[in-house]
Amino acid sequence: MRRIGIDVGGTNTDAVLLDGDRVIFAVKRPTTLDVTSGILDALKALRADPAARGPVDSVVIGTTHFINAVVQRRHLMKVAAIRIGMPVSASLPPFCDWPKDLAERVHGETFMLEGGHDYDGRPIMPFDTAGMRTAARRIRDLGLRSVAVSSIFSPLDPGCEVAARDILQEICPDVAVTMSHDLGRIGLLERENAALLNAMLHDLAVETVAAFRKAIAESGIDAPLFLTQNDGTVMQAETAIAFPVMSFASGATNSMRGAAHLSGREDAMVVDVGGTTSDIGQLRHGFPREANAVVEVGGVRTLFRMPDLLSIGLGGGSHVDAVSAKVGPLSVGYRLTEDAMVFGGTQLTATDIAVAAGLLDIGDRSRTTSIPKDLIAAALADARRLLEENIDRMKTEAADAPLIAVGGGAFLVPEQLAGVSETIRVPFGDCANAVGAAIARVSGEADQVFRDLSRDDAIAAALQIAERKAVTAGADPASLKTIEVEDMPIAYLPGNSLRVRVRVAGALDRTVAKREVA
Amino acid sequence: MSAAPLTEITLEDIESLAVGAWILGTGGGGSPYLGLLNLRQLYAQGHRVQLMSPLDLDDDDHVAVVSNMGAPLVGQERLADSRNIARAVEMQQEFGGFKFRAVMSVEIGGGNGTQALMAAAHLGIPVVDADCMGRAFPEAQMTSVAIGGLQPYPCTLYDPRGIEAIVTKVPSWKWMERASRKICVEMGSIASTCKAPRTGREVKDWGIHFTTTAAIRIGGLVREANRLHTDPIAALLASEGGKRLFTGKVVDVARRTTEGFLRGSIAVEGIDADRGSRLDLSFQNEWIVAWREGEAVAMCPDLICVLETLSGHAVGTETVRYGQRVTVVALKAPAVLTSPRGLEFVGPRAFGYDLDFLSVFDERAGAGV
Repeated sequence: MRRIGIDVGGTNTDAVLLDGDRVIFAVKRPTTLDVTSGILDALKALRADPAARGPVDSVVIGTTHFINAVVQRRHLMKVAAIRIGMPVSASLPPFCDWPKDLAERVHGETFMLEGGHDYDGRPIMPFDTAGMRTAARRIRDLGLRSVAVSSIFSPLDPGCEVAARDILQEICPDVAVTMSHDLGRIGLLERENAALLNAMLHDLAVETVAAFRKAIAESGIDAPLFLTQNDGTVMQAETAIAFPVMSFASGATNSMRGAAHLSGREDAMVVDVGGTTSDIGQLRHGFPREANAVVEVGGVRTLFRMPDLLSIGLGGGSHVDAVSAKVGPLSVGYRLTEDAMVFGGTQLTATDIAVAAGLLDIGDRSRTTSIPKDLIAAALADARRLLEENIDRMKTEAADAPLIAVGGGAFLVPEQLAGVSETIRVPFGDCANAVGAAIARVSGEADQVFRDLSRDDAIAAALQIAERKAVTAGADPASLKTIEVEDMPIAYLPGNSLRVRVRVAGALDRTVAKREVA
Repeated sequence: MSAAPLTEITLEDIESLAVGAWILGTGGGGSPYLGLLNLRQLYAQGHRVQLMSPLDLDDDDHVAVVSNMGAPLVGQERLADSRNIARAVEMQQEFGGFKFRAVMSVEIGGGNGTQALMAAAHLGIPVVDADCMGRAFPEAQMTSVAIGGLQPYPCTLYDPRGIEAIVTKVPSWKWMERASRKICVEMGSIASTCKAPRTGREVKDWGIHFTTTAAIRIGGLVREANRLHTDPIAALLASEGGKRLFTGKVVDVARRTTEGFLRGSIAVEGIDADRGSRLDLSFQNEWIVAWREGEAVAMCPDLICVLETLSGHAVGTETVRYGQRVTVVALKAPAVLTSPRGLEFVGPRAFGYDLDFLSVFDERAGAGV
């Protein structure tokens, strides 16, 4: 299979072409304000290379576009929030824990209806369908075009959310509906927040995916489009339109997955050194370890599947203090090619130190001769200390672990580090994120409470649900692998209640890929 | 009724209380976050809560003892609602035919640390600066009032669907725990409860005093240290006379449920001064015993608190995970819990450990700590 991977980052848009597991071509272009023309530039450069012509099976894009919209409060829609579960949870309505500016911008109307479920599947109250009809008419009359529906314990029983959607589709068929159980986890406020964030991005998702498709078509490529998700797996473009929140934070994940692919290692530490920061994470079975906790997006608490990453202020553009020899956390950022000494600037950066030390050969090395030897040594030692400390913080075992160094600033990573068994460098490591996008797999997840089942049976039941979801999303059933199994017995619940969360992933099924085009 | 001086609890105090109560939760009792959200809303609507000293209660005052009972996981879906706990208090008043002077929490630790304030905001009566545990414990009989042999009934339980239950009489605190737990499960494994009412005299004799201000003080120290980027744990230990047990990284987590409790253990591998050593912690909802090289170095009812090393915020037994950087500290248990009768209710044997209680703060305690 020939796949194109694209990473649309803050500074650069990277594109790679993979044939099977092999990288055929890689290119970096500046990211443009409209995003699309940067992608088009990269694709044109790629297609200009004879080796990169010919048919392509899929294009996979990793983008921070949607999370940026939330953080910058741009392109957001007004949404209606429907909470089902009254009279329970009435005192903490939707948006109650949101930053005020964001809530004011996107809050259309809130409806609180009777319904929802207990943990054991019994209804809290019968679903108030009459109230739901009234709400739907009001939504239509107000002209709201996007709705988020959340119901208590919907990951266990989505019935009320589905019934609400059906009524909305009947009364106001043009309204986009996000159901919280599609996004996930137990934790009503956080799941509802995810649904609300998703609903307010609906228009942007439609426009962005259309723009991506246009850029691909204009570059003469006829292949289905996929977007990468936070966990390093892909979704079909149609799914991305329905669930833009699933692409939040996919960039860092892609670079870790790319590092795994390029190095052939499934279990290792990864450091991605960019211009401003280094992201440190851990690969387990080829996927980044996930953060277990609440993640804030633009000030909103959610439980998204995010990689567990430590970001430190160390990059190629980091300032170096000539007195203390401390590196970072300030950085010249995208002005590296103007401000760094090797490029004729006056700011001493980590790049200048690396050039002076002979680790890197860019710019004008003669401009670094004035840097004292002991300053070079001390600065490199400081970078080493930062890496050693923080890599150790992210490790889960005391034993030495291999470290894959990727990103444009990987030259700052020494060959030998305490706690690291070996430093692995890979060709195309500076485009690891685009490679990660290209090789992304299809996943499925289940998070449910099981009762009166043995632990093994409960996990087997959860696996079945996750596998079904993965296949529906386009995975080849024969290639499915279990990525993560976590079980949590629940205190104070009868019947040996066990909460099981599992995730599986498999290769993209070529037949599904083709079907998506049509 | 005497006109006792009251202090208004500010919203800042409540923000600190949420952090401090989570630390005093010693790993259990659920996060106070949802209670905090409720109180932020109540304060925004103009409600205010007054704090009164337990010593200012008249002997014949009635004091409501409240708690939210159930599984923290259910609480993440069925969100805390301040009106529910207020209703449980009203049920006691209707049943007993009296008015409460004030309300207090059964446990200051964890999510219940905010329940008394939530009820008080609705009822317009003050919160007593006291509780019955000084921390969090998993069962209703693990309280100072049970240790004191005070009457365990009646107990009201409320579910917002309109289910109201009163356990009017039981032969013992253990039976109260069993009977009310059954009702709670029927209600969806979460219920707002108002325990046996206490007189002012009983609160003065058997309440654990000034724990609300302790939680506010502890949380305030941690928040201030976070603001100033200083060491929150050093500040906490200096203020509370606590002891640092261990600093390290969580390298193993094992959980299981038995008889409805979350039991298990974690292993912390030492870093910095503790490098090369390992601390194991056993838990039953809360942290119960800390072991070093097979020897119990700290045990309940002393408070064993696992804190994020950098932020000083508490780490719960339901959320602790591999790789977390933690510092384990011990805080001294209230005297009533370490009395011979207290240890029958909340000593290591009450949790199934064949250990004689030895406080970390006892000078006979091992030098390895």
